[in-house]
Amino acid sequence: MELLKKYPKLFQWLFLLVVFFALCFAIDVPETYKFIRGQAEFIKDPNQSTYILFGKEVRYYAFDNFWRLPPLLGWLPIWINDGLFFLLNEWMPMEFWDSATQEYKTRPLVLQISRNITAFMTFLIELIREILLGGVETIVAFTSWNFVSAYPWAKLPGLPWTIVAAGAAILAYKLSGKGLAIFAGLVMIYISVFGQWKPSMQTLSFILVAAPLSFIFGLSLGVMAYKSKRVEKALYPILLVMQTMPQYAVLVPAMVLFGIGDHAAVIITMVVAIPPMILLTLLGLRGVSPEVIEAGKMSGCSNWQLLTEVLIPTARRDILIGVNQVIMVCFSMAVISAFIGAKGLGWNLLLALNQLNIGLALEAGLCISLIAILLDKMSLAWANKQTDYFGNLTFYQRYKNTIFFGGAVVVGMILALAGSFFFKEGFNYLYEVPHNKGISTADFWNKGVDWIFDTFFVYIKAFNTWLITEVLQPMRALYLRMPAVATLVLVVGAGYIIGGIRSAFTVGGLTLFIALSPWWDRALVTTYMATFGVIVSCTIGFVVGTLCQQNTYTTKFMLGICDIFQTFPSFVYLIPVMMLFGVTDTSVLIAVIVYATIPATRYTIEGLRSVPVALHDAATMSGVTKLQRLFKIEFPLAFPHMMLGLNQTIVFALFMVIIGAFIGTEDLGQYILKALSDKAGGGKGLVLGICVAFIGLIFDNLIRTWVEKRKKHLGID
Amino acid sequence: MTDAVIKCESVYKIFGVNAKKMLEEANGNVDAKTFQEKGCIVGVNNASFEVSKGEMLVVMGLSGSGKSTLLRCISRLTDATGGKIFIEGQDLLSLKEKELIELRRNKMGMVFQSFALLPHKTVLENIAFPLLVKGVETENSINKAMDMVKLVGLDGRENYFPRELSGGQQQRVGIARSLAVEPDIWFLDEPFSALDPLIRKEMQDEFLRLQEKLKKTIMFITHDFDEALKLADRIAIMKDGIIEQLDTPAKIVLNPATEYVKKFTEEVPREKVLIIEDVMDAPTSDNLSNLKVSKDEIIENVAEKILSQEKSVGVVDKNNKIVGTVHPSKIIHTVFGGRKENS
Repeated sequence: MELLKKYPKLFQWLFLLVVFFALCFAIDVPETYKFIRGQAEFIKDPNQSTYILFGKEVRYYAFDNFWRLPPLLGWLPIWINDGLFFLLNEWMPMEFWDSATQEYKTRPLVLQISRNITAFMTFLIELIREILLGGVETIVAFTSWNFVSAYPWAKLPGLPWTIVAAGAAILAYKLSGKGLAIFAGLVMIYISVFGQWKPSMQTLSFILVAAPLSFIFGLSLGVMAYKSKRVEKALYPILLVMQTMPQYAVLVPAMVLFGIGDHAAVIITMVVAIPPMILLTLLGLRGVSPEVIEAGKMSGCSNWQLLTEVLIPTARRDILIGVNQVIMVCFSMAVISAFIGAKGLGWNLLLALNQLNIGLALEAGLCISLIAILLDKMSLAWANKQTDYFGNLTFYQRYKNTIFFGGAVVVGMILALAGSFFFKEGFNYLYEVPHNKGISTADFWNKGVDWIFDTFFVYIKAFNTWLITEVLQPMRALYLRMPAVATLVLVVGAGYIIGGIRSAFTVGGLTLFIALSPWWDRALVTTYMATFGVIVSCTIGFVVGTLCQQNTYTTKFMLGICDIFQTFPSFVYLIPVMMLFGVTDTSVLIAVIVYATIPATRYTIEGLRSVPVALHDAATMSGVTKLQRLFKIEFPLAFPHMMLGLNQTIVFALFMVIIGAFIGTEDLGQYILKALSDKAGGGKGLVLGICVAFIGLIFDNLIRTWVEKRKKHLGID
Repeated sequence: MTDAVIKCESVYKIFGVNAKKMLEEANGNVDAKTFQEKGCIVGVNNASFEVSKGEMLVVMGLSGSGKSTLLRCISRLTDATGGKIFIEGQDLLSLKEKELIELRRNKMGMVFQSFALLPHKTVLENIAFPLLVKGVETENSINKAMDMVKLVGLDGRENYFPRELSGGQQQRVGIARSLAVEPDIWFLDEPFSALDPLIRKEMQDEFLRLQEKLKKTIMFITHDFDEALKLADRIAIMKDGIIEQLDTPAKIVLNPATEYVKKFTEEVPREKVLIIEDVMDAPTSDNLSNLKVSKDEIIENVAEKILSQEKSVGVVDKNNKIVGTVHPSKIIHTVFGGRKENS
């Protein structure tokens, strides 16, 4: 009884576990149960049961309801699909003027709107793309194809790569200084010399449209949410789901609405990139001290001035993190949206991975990562830029950069012109180094991969087999062995113990949604992979973070590394693991681990750093050893922050698991990938995405509730 | 029209959902306790006073006494729940958004406890900010701001960022910013509270020097009674939203109106606060000693001389005309007497 009073939570947990395991043993695996079928499959099978709900027929394999709940939500994807179809093809037909055929046409409203957005996006992308690479589409947009074919001069010539490279360097110099300028120049030269110019510029044009648009929309929505409680309340649930929704899943419904191509990719990217921007804007604005706002008002700011001159700049730190996120998401999506036909490096990367040409994939991945780092640094420098009021500048000093750029344009043109005489075989290397005419290191890498394979094949294979048969398969079997009811009890119980009745209802509802969807088994597999990844990542992150935190230099170094790794588009992580482990679950899991270790490490370091110095000193003066201090003072105090890291780690891991479907997994991701090529996949993709998002949200809710309680208990902010 | 620059008539500020309705129902009889039970917090309770041109009113009170809230009502950073506020005869509460901004751009300046500098702007940009916001050309703003930088003695640091400055320096920037538009009314909300004692004293002296030169109409908030005594023309002492006493420092020290005020005055070294005029008696025809003292002398400076006399000492004004007398025993009584209840 004494013990019970002292640790009431402990006994609650024990009781929960006992109930859980009792349920697991009490409910047998039905004999007909087989995993891969799932519950609703594509083929018709006489063993299936059916029901009709909301006019949609759902087929599924019926089991004991304690073992697997029937997919009562099976109608939802079909219903969403039909809804989308109806909106797009039948709802609100209206007369619209068609400029191409010069007559009125009847079209449903939504289709017309989506066409207009599409046209606008396409125009923007093509404009930038043709400034960089040349082409006729922009002029066509203002005139017609006839006009262009009648006048062959009517096309944008495209800038020689030398000018773009010089321009990038000069811009970087203006924003930051010599260091960044050199980096920018080198990146551009690298891209060109290695023959990646065209796809890189295609990707760049995509990003130069997607990133600013996401930034503007995210910032405005964030400001609106800050000003109005109602907007915030309306936005919040969407933001929450979008935070944990895998980027893949958005592809499918967007494809239905906007078709395939670069424009659809931009729209999807915006859908994914805007939510974190909104959240961070909101966070930043909330953090502005009330006195600063009052100071702004007393200085006589109008509302607009207060917003642009006081609020947004003061919240700059968080908004910048938002910009950083936007850029990261854009590059991630630049690759992922290759699935729906976006051109550029992503497309090449995907193609190369498909052909298992690791060398080519590596080159494309390196280019995309380099551009990502460059843009990230430039945006940072732009935000930190200062004006000098006292510079008594001469004309030359004032317009130095413009003059230099003008000079670069002239020199570049002359070089390009000279090049056209010099290179007789048809490729003007001073204008554009064509794809696969540059230096290629692909062979080298491929040989390297072959060598690694030849040399270490035995070990890799042994490790692989061991991991799969001894760890992964049993773990997966364990997860699948859980009866649905037992899982529900476990989750709801955990919610209740951690956060009370409210939390229990929230997580219970989220779990029930997944359990009632047709993909419970798949969700279990996703969870198992994510769990494995998270456990390993957290262990590594925790150990590495703690070790690095002991020293200022290693701390800085590690945080720098985290920054760089975070800038890599998520898809790039698949390249090296495929190189080593081929197409197996191990590859996916290792990619997951590498990717998810970043937040784990970062939050460990930040958590330990946030322990107040005074406490540190107080502990030292009490005569503790270094280890004692670590375990008695630093870990307990840093733990809440580290748990937030766990949260991030889970989200990262889930994302990577889903992307891993590309290598071949048997989880929700595989179905999302399938939905991409399915004509009626929109609803399915969306619901699958929501399932993944909900898995994330369950953990998110539990961890956040716990952290808040713990922080209150410890009296940290 | 009065010559009062700031005029408050029964100003109330009550926080809570139904504040306005509850205030109407209370019918001018606001009790903090009953309000609190109904979920409202009384910030300012029936504040009425005037501040005339060039005067410095110091509002003193402990934290939670409503002093900052009062200031924010008068600068209309929050809207008062009831009562009337006039700024130079203009009804503040009836001003439209635009007029209010105009008023702040031209008439008001404010200094904050935590400095409230814009972290992304340099010292110079911070100071020029109100001017730029107002629409003054960049070059003029910068020149004007540079004058301000010199005024508060920060030359050479105009291109620093706030984070690179010490607390005292940051507050100098805050002061310079609030003065950039040359306002008539100057609000200071605990400007020196966040500073070290030595720096605080230095800044107080600096502040007095500035005021000597600028002659602004000032409302100064502080929780430090000594600071109030040192700076104020008049002091308002607040407790639980109510102004307990509003008077000159000398009168407050000599005649505290309530027990609460008395607690502050007990520890005050009177000889340092009071001047002869505050304690002198009416001129009499008695024979006086040969010594004469000016009525504006602080007691501390002349006490020794007066105490060395046996007879009353004559008090003279600027024109050397006798306006009163002080008996040595009066000095002793002032300095040592009446401090504790039973002494």
